[in-house]
Amino acid sequence: MLVGRFRRSERCGWLVTPSVSTAAIEFDGITKTYGRTTALDGLSLRVGHGELVGLLGPNGAGKTTAIKLILGLVRPTSGTGRVLGAPLGDRLARSRIGYLPELFRYQPWLRAREVLVWHAELAGVAPARRAAAADEALDHVGLTERADDPVSGFSKGMQQRLGLGVALLGQPDLILLDEPTSALDPVGRTDVRAILRAARDRGATVILNSHLLTEVERVCDRVVILHRGRAIASGALDEVVAADGVRLRVSDLGEAGRAGLRRFGPLSVDGEWLSIRPLDAARIPEVVAAVVAAGGRVHAVEPGRGSLEARFLELVTAPEESA
Amino acid sequence: MIVIARLTVRELVRRRVVWVLAALTILSVALVAWGLDRLVSLARQDGTNELEIRIGVSQVLIMIAFMFSFVLAMTAAFVGAPAIGGELESGVALAILARPLRRVELLLGRWLGSAVVVVAYTVASGLLAIAVAVQISGYGPPDPFLAVAFLSGQALVLLTLTLALGSVLPSIAAGAIAVVGFGLGWMAGVLAGVAAAFGVGLLGQVAEVSRWIFPSDGLWRGVIYGLEPPLVVMLATGNLPRFADANPFYATAPPPLPFVIWSITWIVLVLGVAGWWFERRDL
Repeated sequence: MLVGRFRRSERCGWLVTPSVSTAAIEFDGITKTYGRTTALDGLSLRVGHGELVGLLGPNGAGKTTAIKLILGLVRPTSGTGRVLGAPLGDRLARSRIGYLPELFRYQPWLRAREVLVWHAELAGVAPARRAAAADEALDHVGLTERADDPVSGFSKGMQQRLGLGVALLGQPDLILLDEPTSALDPVGRTDVRAILRAARDRGATVILNSHLLTEVERVCDRVVILHRGRAIASGALDEVVAADGVRLRVSDLGEAGRAGLRRFGPLSVDGEWLSIRPLDAARIPEVVAAVVAAGGRVHAVEPGRGSLEARFLELVTAPEESA
Repeated sequence: MIVIARLTVRELVRRRVVWVLAALTILSVALVAWGLDRLVSLARQDGTNELEIRIGVSQVLIMIAFMFSFVLAMTAAFVGAPAIGGELESGVALAILARPLRRVELLLGRWLGSAVVVVAYTVASGLLAIAVAVQISGYGPPDPFLAVAFLSGQALVLLTLTLALGSVLPSIAAGAIAVVGFGLGWMAGVLAGVAAAFGVGLLGQVAEVSRWIFPSDGLWRGVIYGLEPPLVVMLATGNLPRFADANPFYATAPPPLPFVIWSITWIVLVLGVAGWWFERRDL
């Protein structure tokens, strides 16, 4: 349990500052249901300070719900959690969090700089610092030249850049980005990668919720893959992506034969296709021999290099029994 | 809360709502001036005595106030419904509520900013129209400030209900329910008077209870009382007072103090319940 001490913040009243090293985010068996729909099912996860973590999962996996729980925009049905040493959704902790929602909309009747100055005020940035903080954020996201244009005239991509600026305002300790590149062109995506790396380098914790696995693969230290409200994989990128593997199309292989293949590594089954990953490429002939020895017929063998996308598909499409 | 209130006023100015209301005020006051001038001129040409003219002007003023109260109800609904509901639907509220801001502060800030604009509109329009009537006809209502205060109270009741509903329902539904509530409240007031005049006890009780549940009609009686010449009140109360009470455009007495206190409490309660609900809902 966190032991905290209070300090007076220049930006926003009293803050709880961890006096011992603790996680930036901790979920302990959190379940969230909306009516009959279960968005999160006993989710436990831990994100350390200064990590850049990718939160992945298919549509409806619970990624956005997890981010909203951190901010207190939704409340857990059961389970507990902490953010920056305070309970989830804590008001003062929120003064240290920057957030870009998946549905990014800002007051269309304000100018870009006005949106940022107003958010700086809401975030508790000192009055003398607000204009400078807004200008820094505009510069970060490449909107300096459009600073005095009304938001109503912005394209979707520019609104997303503005939202990113709002999230980065005042150099928050925790940055939550829900699909931050969904409306950006390739140049914008490259910019976002640089921004995320810069945030991590200054010690901020970043949660990147994205469908774009290549983006995640390029910038994240760690990934958490959610599926049906549960974390089905979590760890450093190298651990999750795992290693090389093999896919085989096999017929006439009985249950005992399949069970025998598990000695090579984790086995997943999709119809006639069997996957073993991780697997050293040098052992592929052994696997084929084992299939044949067990009475199976091998129609295809696909050695595969590990990638986040391959691992992701393997995990989220794997039948429950073989997971 | 103040930062939200300031933004709300800024929004209503920037989105031209304030300018539209100012233009409507000028237009409506000009129409009132023209209409009263024509009526008074024609009456004087026909040799109508001044007392009758003043009574006539007072009744025209009450009718204008009634129409204005409806316009105010619609204005309050249009301003209040999207104030929270619209931002929740569009997603603007997500970025705001991720800041170190209590949801109830958003609700109260939105209410305060909207209330400032709606009350300013009510006071400016109401007092200007009365001033014009005084200038043209020589008739001055007994208590124009009381009338405008009750008119503002009525607008605030509508604004509060719409804004509160908008924090838990879609904005269109919130606006529609508030406007229908305003109409039903007025009907309840009429029925309460009719029931009292004809001695229909149960109907009277139901109508009276609904008047307390939604106090807009009770406040409307205060508007009439502030505009009604004492002579009319005296005549009405002296001659079949029960039937005078049945007329929704007569008020023989101002709303009792407990009702005024209740109306203020009602606003606080509705905002409190909406705030409690809003704090707990998932966004």
